Amino acid sequence: MEHIRTTKVEQVKALDRFSTSNKSLTGTLYLTATHLLFIDSHQKETWILHHHIASVEKLALTTSGCPLVIQCKNFRIVHFIVPRERDCHDIYNSLLQLSKQAKYEDLYAFSYNPKQNDAERLQGWQLIDLAEEYERMGVPNSHWQLSDANREYKICETYPRELYVPQVASKPIIVGSSKFRSKGRFPVLSYYHQDKEAAICRCSQPLSGFSARCLEDEHLLQAISKANPVNRYMYVMDTRPKLNAMANRAAGKGYENEDNYSNIRFQFVGIENIHVMRSSLQKLLEVNGTKGLSVNDFYSGMESSGWLRHVKAVMDAAIFLAKAIMVENASVLVHCSDGWDRTSQVCSLGSLLLDSYYRTIKGFMVLIEKDWISFGHKFSERCGHLDGDPKEISPVFIQFLECVWHLTEQFPQAFEFNEAFLLQIHEHIHSCQFGNFLGNCQKEREELKLKEKTYSLWPFLLDDRKKYLNPLYSSKAQRFTVLEPSTVSFSFKFWRNMYHQFDRTLHPRQSVFNIIMNMNEQNKQLEKEIKDLESKIKQRKNKQTDGVPTKELLHSIHPESPSLKTSLCFKEQTLLPVNDALRTIEGSNSADNRYSDYAEAFSKSEPAVVSLEYGVARMTC
Amino acid sequence: MRTGRAQAELLLGPEAPRLRGTLCVTGHHLLLSPGPQDLWLLLLRNVDSIEKRVAGESGTITLRCKDLRVLQLDIEGVEATLDIARSIEALSSLESVITSFPFFYRPKGLRLGDAWHFHPPESYYKRVARETKAWRLSEVNENFSLCPSYPRAVIVPRAVDDKALALSARFRQGGRFPVLSYHHARSGTVLLRSSQPLTGPQKRRCAEDEELLRAVLAGARPGAQGFVVDTRSAQAAKQARMAGGGTEAKAAYPGWKRLHRPLERGRPLQESFVRLVEACGDLEQSTDHWLSRLEGCSWLAHVKEALSTACLTAQGMEREGACILVHGAEGTDSTLLVTSLAQLILDPLSRTMVGFQELVEREWIQAGHPFQLRCAHSAFSHARPKHEAPTFLLFLDCVWQLGRQFPLSLEFGEALLLALFEHAYASPFGTFLCNSEKERCLCEVRSQTHSLWSRLNQPKEQRKLRNPLYVLNPLALWPSVEPQSLQLWQGLFLRWTRPPEPPEVAWEKVWQIVTEKRKTDDSQPTASASEPQP
Repeated sequence: MEHIRTTKVEQVKALDRFSTSNKSLTGTLYLTATHLLFIDSHQKETWILHHHIASVEKLALTTSGCPLVIQCKNFRIVHFIVPRERDCHDIYNSLLQLSKQAKYEDLYAFSYNPKQNDAERLQGWQLIDLAEEYERMGVPNSHWQLSDANREYKICETYPRELYVPQVASKPIIVGSSKFRSKGRFPVLSYYHQDKEAAICRCSQPLSGFSARCLEDEHLLQAISKANPVNRYMYVMDTRPKLNAMANRAAGKGYENEDNYSNIRFQFVGIENIHVMRSSLQKLLEVNGTKGLSVNDFYSGMESSGWLRHVKAVMDAAIFLAKAIMVENASVLVHCSDGWDRTSQVCSLGSLLLDSYYRTIKGFMVLIEKDWISFGHKFSERCGHLDGDPKEISPVFIQFLECVWHLTEQFPQAFEFNEAFLLQIHEHIHSCQFGNFLGNCQKEREELKLKEKTYSLWPFLLDDRKKYLNPLYSSKAQRFTVLEPSTVSFSFKFWRNMYHQFDRTLHPRQSVFNIIMNMNEQNKQLEKEIKDLESKIKQRKNKQTDGVPTKELLHSIHPESPSLKTSLCFKEQTLLPVNDALRTIEGSNSADNRYSDYAEAFSKSEPAVVSLEYGVARMTC
Repeated sequence: MRTGRAQAELLLGPEAPRLRGTLCVTGHHLLLSPGPQDLWLLLLRNVDSIEKRVAGESGTITLRCKDLRVLQLDIEGVEATLDIARSIEALSSLESVITSFPFFYRPKGLRLGDAWHFHPPESYYKRVARETKAWRLSEVNENFSLCPSYPRAVIVPRAVDDKALALSARFRQGGRFPVLSYHHARSGTVLLRSSQPLTGPQKRRCAEDEELLRAVLAGARPGAQGFVVDTRSAQAAKQARMAGGGTEAKAAYPGWKRLHRPLERGRPLQESFVRLVEACGDLEQSTDHWLSRLEGCSWLAHVKEALSTACLTAQGMEREGACILVHGAEGTDSTLLVTSLAQLILDPLSRTMVGFQELVEREWIQAGHPFQLRCAHSAFSHARPKHEAPTFLLFLDCVWQLGRQFPLSLEFGEALLLALFEHAYASPFGTFLCNSEKERCLCEVRSQTHSLWSRLNQPKEQRKLRNPLYVLNPLALWPSVEPQSLQLWQGLFLRWTRPPEPPEVAWEKVWQIVTEKRKTDDSQPTASASEPQP
């Protein structure tokens, strides 16, 4: 609280981000320990979590006050005008302090209290159990074993304790291989395809330089390929562009030499590094933040940002991976430099294409927990949870979410969850409200005692399950077992609901989604009730003694008949305001749109050109 | 005229199975029968461009259709290939209206002349005349003498007599004097359309024309202002004076102000369409290249301009309570685009299945959009474009954008828009034939051909065309026109290149959910009705 000097400022104006006529709402700004809150004159509340703030900017003083621009990590951008410069300065300084914490212990998760007892919290943390997940995949088995080599984080600090390796890989081989891999991240199992008996493995780049070799590493790779009884060949996918990988060789790192490893096929797939991705997204956001953006500038901006090209590169790599397993029955080893960014993207997306379980709500949580959290994607650094090196921040995980979104667009029936689920997860990788995404690896998380001090996000998402269900989901559709997305250029489009999540005026004014969801739910409930009724009728019939005319039976039952009761409750249900409220027309207001700014044309006396015309006319007369 | 017959194999798309059978060219169709029961049929009028290639003993014909489909025919025999190609070429470009297929098409289940009076504009005009008192139906154009591109019935201010109309018509290009397009009852204002006034370099005036517009304001709500929305730039409007055209001078029309909202038309619009379709046909390009071509063709920029001009017009009526006259030069293209879209934005009735058909009939077909000229060729033609322009397609695209942003407010779905696009370019029905009502009368289109509307309103078609989620929305629809909110109409432009299944499967599922819900809703009253009375 020592950072907060002013807690409340009145008469603050919030400007509309896209309005060219500087429309604004006046209200009061409150600063709390965790949030910045703006309540406008219509009593509408805007809550901004301090951790969501990516940057605060104080612009030059204007006649109406001191402008303060806040950009958030969830792509919300607010533009306040604070009447007194002093207040603005206070808030600016407080936000600077509050949005950039130096210690994990100061993050929201450590003070967030959803009123659960310790048992409930622990239960929440146990919701996702990776051991169970590996069991589901079918490991350990005769080819794959659980290794205890990293039980004490002795071999690799950024890996989890429990790792699955080929049955024949002994500890000395693992240790030897880990010494030959960047950050000790030796090849381990990420996903096992039971039907094909093929595996997705992951690791970091080898420390091969120009000529170095490591027999243990070569053995380990051979062990992986031998663990696949169908196809002895295995792919090694380097997810970097070839040039980058070659440059790494000068630093004693690099990539596998095909001559040294037996039975491997080496392949570059060319996903750019975190710095390229960061500036690409930056460019995209700059273009889309422009007031009065023209269609042509929008598309040329999209093109020059390269964002969709990068998204496609990730998708292409995942498709390559899935095909290697499905078509060639081959195991695949994936790596990039350190094996925690691009490798996580490709492994998780590849598994998602292959295994419909990951397309369920629970399965998607498991996937994130496995390929991202446990394998040490550096969430805290990539999301900038703490005040640190801005060069470590990168939208790698967002890119993964965007790939998943593109898949949901191409396969509207294949996913149990909807877009809101993806957006909510994105919200929470930055919110620091739950412990899941804090820290950069499992070891760090254990040291922070996150399971004792913070809550897990997943049970909260499951509680709200209904909000995240896709009404069109059909789990039975056989042809969706393996997804084969199209990567034609038109399949990639701008994800408006992510990057303009809070720019209400840009979105469709009515949502089909809620309506269908509601209808679907009602249908399901009705079906259930019909079944209940049928079984009750059966019971009654059985109880009835013979000889009672059926008509009388109906009569006698009717007064307390469950069917009457349910039919009444149906009527109530269909009249429920929820349904109608959803159908009401949101934001159908011409004042929300930019063409309304042309309305000024109506009040102007005459366009300038016309008066000129008159001038000319008079002269010629 | 050579008609050919040959053995051929047909490739309908990159992923479709091949059809093999006897190929036959008839007067209006290309037929292929893969089996005794099956028959594949293509209307020759639908062929936009034809490309032939021969190699060895066989040949390949690539047909690019007006509905943007690309077909490939592998034909046995060089001579046969050349013959068939020649026949298709000759038959697909026949210009004569009365020998065209609609005059021979006699489908089962439809009676000739059935639905021609299904959407007569007169019924709308009569309703307005009844409701307002300031407007009357005029028969001054009964024999198309005043304006060849107007229908017989027009609606004009009651205070203006037919003689004044005739003089006003002489002052407007093509005789298109200002007529009522839409009456907005809630604000008591009207939407008018016309062509440009023929002021010329001398700045001529026409008292009757001025009187007409004065009468419009006098008949509207008291104190109503008028706005002339000129769909050309101020510069272009001024240049038009040199060629005898021009625009309303302020001094001559008190109470009327002018706004210029330039909309693309004619050849640049056609080129935009051609370039977009070209880009959509390239499956190999990188995302970057795709984005730059999407930008380069400017199609979505035209969508944005059309929508925002329509919104401006609608806003002028609803918010400012002003009367609005829309015109460009001829008043048969961008003018209709703006007036029809503005009605869709303002009028809940025009968003219904019947209302929308009426709107297309009244504001496009009867209002004299020259369909035959504009839709003579689609995006694939190698012929140098003369009068072609996809104005009507641009309208359909804008409607589709509205439907995306207000998915519950249009009673019809994408399928109706696609059907209108197809039939506007090539159709077995007479609805989109000719350039004006006058021409249709001369060709006896009404009595000799079937109407598209009667087909579309058959119950089995309706299920495909309706939006299952529709609920009447009494408010105006104000769409967002930001570039982030506008989307490429994939269902049209990528219809034949994308795998069509998933979206349609999803659509089927929506239908299923909705019909299930209806069933359960409907079963409620019957259940209570069958309850025994106490």
